[in-house]
Amino acid sequence: MTTDNVNLSLQTSSAKRTMELARMLAGALKPGDWIGLTGDLGAGKTCFSKGLALGLGVDENIPVTSPTFTILQTYHGRMMCLNHLDLYRLGNYSELVEIGYEELLEDRCVLSVEWCDKFPEAMGADGIVINFELVDEKIRNLSFEALGPRGRELIESVRDFD
Amino acid sequence: MLVLGIESSCDECAAALMRGEDLLAQNVSSQIELHAPYGGVVPELASRDHVRKIVPVIKSVMEASGACLEDLDGIGVTVGPGLIGSLLVGVTAAKTLSWSLQKPIVGVNHLEAHLRAAFIDDHDLYYPHLGLVVSGGHTSLFRVNGVGDLVLLGRTLDDAAGEAFDKVAKLLGLSYPGGISIQRAAKGGDPNTIRFPRPMPGKRLDSSFSGLKTSAAVHIRKNGLPEGKALSDFTASFQEAVVDTLVRKTLLAARREKLDLVVVSGGVGANERLREKMNKKALADGVRVVFPPVEFCTDNAAMVAALAAVYLGRGTDHGLGLDANAGLGWQTL
Repeated sequence: MTTDNVNLSLQTSSAKRTMELARMLAGALKPGDWIGLTGDLGAGKTCFSKGLALGLGVDENIPVTSPTFTILQTYHGRMMCLNHLDLYRLGNYSELVEIGYEELLEDRCVLSVEWCDKFPEAMGADGIVINFELVDEKIRNLSFEALGPRGRELIESVRDFD
Repeated sequence: MLVLGIESSCDECAAALMRGEDLLAQNVSSQIELHAPYGGVVPELASRDHVRKIVPVIKSVMEASGACLEDLDGIGVTVGPGLIGSLLVGVTAAKTLSWSLQKPIVGVNHLEAHLRAAFIDDHDLYYPHLGLVVSGGHTSLFRVNGVGDLVLLGRTLDDAAGEAFDKVAKLLGLSYPGGISIQRAAKGGDPNTIRFPRPMPGKRLDSSFSGLKTSAAVHIRKNGLPEGKALSDFTASFQEAVVDTLVRKTLLAARREKLDLVVVSGGVGANERLREKMNKKALADGVRVVFPPVEFCTDNAAMVAALAAVYLGRGTDHGLGLDANAGLGWQTL
């Protein structure tokens, strides 16, 4: 992601704050929205997804765990369902298609995709990409990029996060 | 009783044949080598490879044992949890055999099979006991009252222990699987060099390894990639943090449940430092710890055959309605 494309940059001071930001975004989400998550190992992508799940009404007793092993995990929230996908272990885009990516794009769930920058074809048609940068143990820099008009709407929903 | 076991929940495509408590033959076809050229990238989705391997793997155990398919008393197969595409290959093969041979079929939970693996070599084990399944995909503690009777006591809230090994190995530029390469790099290192956090060392039985992974990433970012002695010290310190957490949670659970036997299985169960420290600490608590041999700790089909034999002995037959269930969790069928 080049700096020119960044539509919003935010900093969170703890994992808890990262989850709060995700919950705020979740309040604006609609079925079919696409959220890509990029950044280093340990930078907070799964933590953010945990916040999204909570915000969509997923029972807080259901652990939102790393989907690296299972590739895809689906959570049924009171407001909406969340498909949480992780491309980390995949070798190429055709494998993603094989597990049903095109169907997931049509699904009436929110789709969050960790390591979405692994294959250019995996990028959503619209929505947002959030890049996580690890500053130290607690602080994270998050940069939001809109992929289209819907992405810009979503970014507006968290612009006032403080 | 002659039982064929089939396991294809993740990267290993495996079959095994057991007669009673004796393992007649087994074959585990791993994809680790296949993925080595990817330079530490964790394996690609395995389903296509399973399709190629499943029939030769089953054939090889039948030939090695000298038994015929017609002699089978039943078939056991892992139905979940795991990767759906991979699971489907094993389940479809098992159902095809069941239908064509008119033999009963039993679908087993991968996690319960891991814990049953300890019984293959050690016939003195008993229920109830505490079970820890620790691998790339799981970190789960169970009270195991008997076959088909497991109670989940704790699990990971984010990353599995094996995943933490894999990802930190990747950060360090070490090869996959991370558990083995970190163990190797840690030889001769001082585990007290870096005080990595012991994730959630409190009273809860759930675990969390994401923070430890982050701590390792932050350390590398601040101090650069460790090399030579510094790499040994780093990996030894990291390994110690994972091991300490697993030992502490496991023995806390054993005390709380008043159990004097602990079974540890799954790929991370092969870790030498975990074996050493768990045994030492358990001894002090008057608890016996059993680790299956390494070949039965990592994914294999002997554990599936061994567990299925118990169900078949009870008259269980799931029939052709049996389905793969990637999100099975820890429930038995």
